[in-house]
Amino acid sequence: MSLIKRTAYFVALPLILVFLWWALTLNSDSFWVPRPAQMVSTFTEVWIGPRFANDVVPSLLRLLVGLATATVLGIGLGFVIGSSRTLRRLTEPVLELFRAIPPPILVPILMLLVGVNDSMKVLVIVSGCIWPILLNTIEGVRSMDEVLGDTARVYGIQGLSRTIMLTLPAASPYFVTGIRQALSIGLILMVISEMFASSSGLGFTIVAFQRSFAVPEMWSGIILLGLIGVLLAAIFAVAEKRILRWYYGLKEVEHSE
Amino acid sequence: MTNMTLAHPQAGPAQRPRSFWDKLRALPAGLLGAIGTLVFLLIWELIPRSGLVPARYLPPASAVLAEFFTLLGTATLWQAIGETLLGWAIGLAIASVAAIILGMLIGSSGFLRRFTASTIEFLRPIPSVALIPLAVLVFGVKLESKLLLVVYASFWPVLVQVLYGVADVDPVAANTARSYGLTSYIARLRHVVWPTTLPYLVTGLRLSASVALVLAVTAELLIGMPGLGHEIARAQSGGAYSGMYALVLTTGLLGVLINAGFRFIQKRWLSWHSSIRSEADR
Repeated sequence: MSLIKRTAYFVALPLILVFLWWALTLNSDSFWVPRPAQMVSTFTEVWIGPRFANDVVPSLLRLLVGLATATVLGIGLGFVIGSSRTLRRLTEPVLELFRAIPPPILVPILMLLVGVNDSMKVLVIVSGCIWPILLNTIEGVRSMDEVLGDTARVYGIQGLSRTIMLTLPAASPYFVTGIRQALSIGLILMVISEMFASSSGLGFTIVAFQRSFAVPEMWSGIILLGLIGVLLAAIFAVAEKRILRWYYGLKEVEHSE
Repeated sequence: MTNMTLAHPQAGPAQRPRSFWDKLRALPAGLLGAIGTLVFLLIWELIPRSGLVPARYLPPASAVLAEFFTLLGTATLWQAIGETLLGWAIGLAIASVAAIILGMLIGSSGFLRRFTASTIEFLRPIPSVALIPLAVLVFGVKLESKLLLVVYASFWPVLVQVLYGVADVDPVAANTARSYGLTSYIARLRHVVWPTTLPYLVTGLRLSASVALVLAVTAELLIGMPGLGHEIARAQSGGAYSGMYALVLTTGLLGVLINAGFRFIQKRWLSWHSSIRSEADR
């Protein structure tokens, strides 16, 4: 498909939707639905300026710290648990339970245990993001190619070099999937932890707008959250393609056989 | 596990005394799981008792379990579970039906797929909690608010899986169906597209079911309509901390049950599919 055609497909529906929005609100003074032009000006007014540095950046930093911590912990624990059948069986019921607990209800517990501060918010993110990464890593280590494992042993590859050269790449398609799932959970928990008990941050600001019935400002916050979600997903998709290039290449070869 | 058997290939019990680990390894999976759970409960019991964390903030496991069993005998808990499950079920049903119909429609046309791809990719990552303020303003503290969040969150996994499934139809199967005179759209949908899509659909439903529970409970916790989430918020603000832990445990168990239920459905509906059959053969 030519580039023009692809671009046309990409922008057609969004443009139609924006046009509909513009046309339908042209003659209305609805309290709930602002006009597109009004929306754009509110968005720049509200979010571009000091609020970006005061509310958006700290929120995103907490999200990144939480995600990084969950990734390191999840992969590390996943390697330990995944490489031993006994440990897997010992931990399975407890992990199943923890995975099934909706992460937002851990916020009240962590508020009790840690208090209301930055580390509570980061811990909320970690406590929700770790499960998909951990369980996927366990699955990845478990389902490693047996021939590869035996070959590595025969060649005397053991300990750290075995982990780095064999287990890590073998499990990477799995834990990358886990991290992708954790990304959206982390964003949700970032917002929730700030809606609960906070005086700054994206979640707090949006709820504050809602409580003061500042509807266009509230919409602009929702749009900003959507943009952040889309942007994070896009960045991760690019990173994933680079990191797992060998894996997708391998699958292509297997499929074409 | 190959690496363990290889490490000592013929290490029979007669040759050397079996270590504790070896004995543990020989136990059946269910028993090991029970031991693991007991160890977890023991650690949970000991942390507050040793004073590492104040027992007021983290009550020992025995206190929470006692509270849990007391709660099981009260009508309040079952009412809360019922409220949560009601929102969960209605939301999940609306989202699944809409996603299946739209997915089949969009998926069966290459034009529609390309036409909607960018919009779907944009709407999907929007965190559903961003809609909480909107739900509160428009619907207030009502079931509709909960439904808005649950439907939005659980719609996407099903839609995406159905789209994958419809795209995965084997061209040979489609051509064979056409040669055998299966020309009507409905018949092709029923006999060619549906069986290919079903495994994807069930996966999507399973993902959506747990997401829907998360959103139902979150809505209750943050907005305050009745249900398990609201009970947790009440227990926390009232200082009934072991009750709060017991409610969190209840919610977790509910999640486990939902997961298990959908795994069962997957086995039942897909008993003919190779992924389930090969699992049984092993």
